[in-house]
Amino acid sequence: MLKQTEGSRAVAEAIALCRPQVICAYPITPQTHIVEGLGEMVKGGELVNCEFINVESEFAAMSVAIGASAAGVRTYTATSSQGLLFMAEAVYNAAGLGLPIVMTIGNRAIGAPINIWNDHSDSMSMRDAGWIQLYAETNQEALDLHIQAFRLAEELSCPVMVCVDGFILTHAYERVDVPTQEQVDVFLPPYEPRQILDPADPVSIGALVGPEAFTEVRYLAHHKQLRALGLIPHLAAEFKKQFGRGSGGLIRSYRTEDAETIVVALGSLNGTVQEVVDEMRARGSLIGSVSICSFRPFPLAASREALMHAKRVVVLEKCLAVGLGGIVSDGVRKSLSGIVLNGYTVIAGLGGRAITRGSLTRLFEDAERDELEQVTFLDLNADVISYELERESKARRTGPTAEAILRRIGTVASGIG
Amino acid sequence: MEETIKFYQTGTFTVGNRLLKDDQRTVQADMHRTNSLNSGHRACQGCGEALGARYAIDAAMQATNNRLIAVNATGCLEVFSTPYPQTSWQVPWIHSLFGNAAAVASGVAAAQRARGNTGVRVIAQGGDGGTTDIGFGCLSGMFERNDDVLYICYDNEAYMNTGVQRSSATPPAARTATTPAVGNFPGNVFGTGKNVPRIAMAHRIPYVATASVSNLRDLERKVTYAMSIDGARYIHIFVPCPLGWGSASEDTIKIARLAVETGLFPLFEAHHGEVTARTPIRHKVPVTDYLKLQKRYAHLFRNPPDEARIGLIQMMADRNIADYGLLN
Repeated sequence: MLKQTEGSRAVAEAIALCRPQVICAYPITPQTHIVEGLGEMVKGGELVNCEFINVESEFAAMSVAIGASAAGVRTYTATSSQGLLFMAEAVYNAAGLGLPIVMTIGNRAIGAPINIWNDHSDSMSMRDAGWIQLYAETNQEALDLHIQAFRLAEELSCPVMVCVDGFILTHAYERVDVPTQEQVDVFLPPYEPRQILDPADPVSIGALVGPEAFTEVRYLAHHKQLRALGLIPHLAAEFKKQFGRGSGGLIRSYRTEDAETIVVALGSLNGTVQEVVDEMRARGSLIGSVSICSFRPFPLAASREALMHAKRVVVLEKCLAVGLGGIVSDGVRKSLSGIVLNGYTVIAGLGGRAITRGSLTRLFEDAERDELEQVTFLDLNADVISYELERESKARRTGPTAEAILRRIGTVASGIG
Repeated sequence: MEETIKFYQTGTFTVGNRLLKDDQRTVQADMHRTNSLNSGHRACQGCGEALGARYAIDAAMQATNNRLIAVNATGCLEVFSTPYPQTSWQVPWIHSLFGNAAAVASGVAAAQRARGNTGVRVIAQGGDGGTTDIGFGCLSGMFERNDDVLYICYDNEAYMNTGVQRSSATPPAARTATTPAVGNFPGNVFGTGKNVPRIAMAHRIPYVATASVSNLRDLERKVTYAMSIDGARYIHIFVPCPLGWGSASEDTIKIARLAVETGLFPLFEAHHGEVTARTPIRHKVPVTDYLKLQKRYAHLFRNPPDEARIGLIQMMADRNIADYGLLN
C-alpha cells in the first residue's frame, strides 16, 4: 500500500510485518520514532505475540536481545551513536554467539563534541563486530532492507544491522510502498533457530574456548559473511521478483558504463550524488557513481568489477578514521588491488554538515582534473582551523577546543556551501 | 497422627533427613536430584560458590519440574564449569558477558512468554563482581521491570576469577590484591561497599533473601520458595573462597557459619521490600573467631592486634544483630 509517511514509521511497519517476538528499546535520537512506533503497535494490539521491553540502557537492550534470540525467538532492537558504543561489548557477543538479531542504526555522529546529527561514525565503529551491515539509500529501501535482513540473518545465524541515515531518512516524510502481511509471510518464513535454550534438550552456550579452537570459530564467522556475499544478491533478486522493486544487493552502479570518474558512497548521500552525476553528464562529463549497500561483508569482487575501468575513484565517506583518513576507501582500494588509477578519499557530512550539490560539483570537477588531495575534507573551514591552530601554538591554557571554535564563529545557520 | 520430629544430636537443630516428611527433605538427598552442576568441574577445593550453585540450581530444577534455563555472568562459576568440550551444566545454560546476566535472563524470560512456554523459568547467576558492580545496572533494570527472573548472587566478597581484587562487596579491612595489607590502614577501607539485598528490597520486588552455604537446607528452601512465585526475585548467597580469603579448604562451612553466628552476614527474607523472616543466632560468637581463620584479615592480628579496627568490625556485626533482631 502506498502511503506518505516518516522514515521511522516505515521502518517500524516493516519490522511489525516481520512478526518479531521480542523488541527491546532504549531511547536515543534519532532512533526514537522507530521504537515508539513499535511500542504503540504492541500496546495497541496491532502487533501480537510480541514482548516490548523498555530497558535501562543500550547495553541491556542488546543483552535482552541476546537472551531472547538464544531462547529461540525473532528479536529486534534499534539504536544510534553513543547507544551503539554503549552496547559495543554485547554487539560483538551477539555476533560471536551467532544470534540472528536485526538492529536498525539511525546513523548519527559520535561525540565528543556531542552532536545528534547524521554521519556514519557509529555503525563504522562496529564494522568488525561480525554483523552484516546494510546501508539504505531511501526510505523505501530502509523498509525493504529490514524484511530482507531477517531472512538473511536467520539463514546465516548472523546478526544484521540496517543502517538508515539519521534525520535525512529517519525523520523524512516520503512516499513508501508498504507490503501486505501475506507478501512478507511468503518471503520470510517463521524463525527456525539453529541453537535454542530448551529444557527438553539442554545445551551450554557461551562456553570458554581456548586457543585450540578460537581461530576456527572466528574463521567460521568470516566464512558466514563470505556466504552472505552470495546470499545478499540472491535475496535482493527474490525480493524484486516478489515485491516488484529492486532494493538491497551488494552494490548498485549508476551511469558508470563509460565513466572515467566514479564516485562511491553509502546510504542516502547517493541521491544527491546521482543528481550531480546527471548534471555533469549533461555537460559532457564522463562520470558515474556506485552505491555500496553491503558494507559488511565488503563486496570486493563486485566493487572491482564496477570500478576497474575508471580512471579515478572518489570515495565519499561520512566517517573518519582519525590518523588515517578513510574507512570505506580501505575496502575500495583493496578491491582494486593491482589496478592503476587515482583514488581519492573525501570526508564529508560529518556531524550532519549538509553535503550540497554545489560542493559536490566543485569536488567532482576538481577530481576530474586530478586536483584533489589524497584525503580531502569537504567544505572544511580553513580559517577556523588556522586560527585555532595558531591560538593553540601561542598559549598553553587555551581551554576546550570545540567551545572556542563556536565562540569565534558565533551563531550561524548549519547550511554550509 | 503427626509424628514429632526427633533431633539427631543433642544441642543442635540437626535433624535426620529420613525422619522428615518427603516435602521437607533436602533436594540433595533425593536420588532423582538433577546434578545440574555436575561433578568434575574445576573449582578449587572447598569452593563455596560451587557448593552454593549446586544446591541452588538442583533445588530450582526440582521446584520447576526440570523446566529451567540458567544464565551465567562471566566469573569463576562460568570458567570452572565450562572449559569446553567439558561442561558441568545439565541444564540449558548460557553465558554472554560479565555485566549482563540479568538482562540476558530478562530476554530469555520474554522469549518464554512470547513462545507461550508458561512453565519454563529462568535463573540468572553471578558472583559479587558481576552482581554488585559491573552487572548492577542490568540487575536494577530487571528488578524495576519486575521481570520473571530469579537472580542469585554468589558472594565471595571480591573478584576471585581475576586474582582477588576488591569489589563493592569486599568488607572493610579485608586484604585483596587491590587493597593490600600495607600502610597505616591495611586492607579495604571502612565506610564503603554496597548492600545489594537492601537495594533489591528498595525496588520492592516480590522476594529477596540472603542465604549461606552453612545453612544449606535453608538455602534450598529459599530457592524452592523463590521458584514458586512470579516476578523479580533475588537471593544473595554467602560463599567463602579459600583461595581468596586465605582459609583452609575444609573450613568453608565453618567460616560461613561463623559469618552467620557473629552477625556479620544476617540471614533473612523480605517480601515486597519488608523483612518478613530472619534466622536467629543460636550461639553468638565474637567476630575475631571468624576473622582469625582467614589470612585476608591477618594484619589485624599482628602484635599488637589492631583492636580499634577489630572493634569496628564487631560494631558492624552488633548493628546487624540489632537491625534484624537476630538474638530475639
